[in-house]
Amino acid sequence: MITLEHYLFLGAIIFTLGVLGIFLNKKNLIIILMSIELILLSVNINFIAFSAYINDISGQIFAMLTLTVAAAEAAIGLAILVVFFRNLGSIEVNKINQLKG
Amino acid sequence: MVLYSLTFYLFSSIAVLSALMVISAKNPVHSVLFLILSFVNASGLFVLLGAEFLAMILVVVYVGAVAVLFLFVVMMLDINFVKLREGFLQYLPFGALLGIVLVIELGILFLTDRSSNIYNNQTPLQPIVSEVENTKMIGQILYTEYFYLFQICGIILLVAMIGSITLTLRDKGGVKRQNIDSQNTVDASTAIEKKKVKIGEGI
Repeated sequence: MITLEHYLFLGAIIFTLGVLGIFLNKKNLIIILMSIELILLSVNINFIAFSAYINDISGQIFAMLTLTVAAAEAAIGLAILVVFFRNLGSIEVNKINQLKG
Repeated sequence: MVLYSLTFYLFSSIAVLSALMVISAKNPVHSVLFLILSFVNASGLFVLLGAEFLAMILVVVYVGAVAVLFLFVVMMLDINFVKLREGFLQYLPFGALLGIVLVIELGILFLTDRSSNIYNNQTPLQPIVSEVENTKMIGQILYTEYFYLFQICGIILLVAMIGSITLTLRDKGGVKRQNIDSQNTVDASTAIEKKKVKIGEGI
């Protein structure tokens, strides 16, 4: 029998893996962006599980908003990455303070 | 019910394993491919929960657009990935400790939630019961009740598009472009000049 808890645990595990990815790949900006995508996926799983649990469609609408924000974030993040690589020839996060934004 | 449980465990275990591979794969191309696998399995879970529309959107938007964008950037940039992996093992014990603490804390939260009886968590999770199908239900509520949120979504995407274009746009020197203003302001007095040329000589 699959209850709400199963989905919440799954979301928690994927969220933790995303956070762990940011910790472990401290230098690789691409993996960090992918970890953020994983975190947003776990948020989506929680939204949809709760939507089914309280029998209300609104959760799915908010999951769609999360998807939109995730897509926008990936586009801008990759654009910054490309500009960064073009200027420095590397994507090490240690050097990112040279952007001086 | 047994089939439902089996499907859940299949999809969720593959999703978790591929998420693990995303953060631990040596080659970033493999990372992106595992990210795609993770998203496809998550969309399978969404189908189990009765969110068919979102499942398809997830496949189209993530696998079709975002993951391909990642793949494109990984392959386009010539990056020394071996150098970037330095320090992976150095942070592993601390990171693993932090991850385990986080999972245990979240688990304790869910378990206390069960004992506090605020939610009756012991009912099996069912898709939303309705005579209208999922896509129609989303459409009915998205364009009426959440109309402003929908518009804000459009603005967010527009800002993201303009932002990424302006970030990556660069002016190369030595490119000749049309100047339409100066072309349009040309008339006979500026374009044509009369010269008296002597016979037998050039200008």
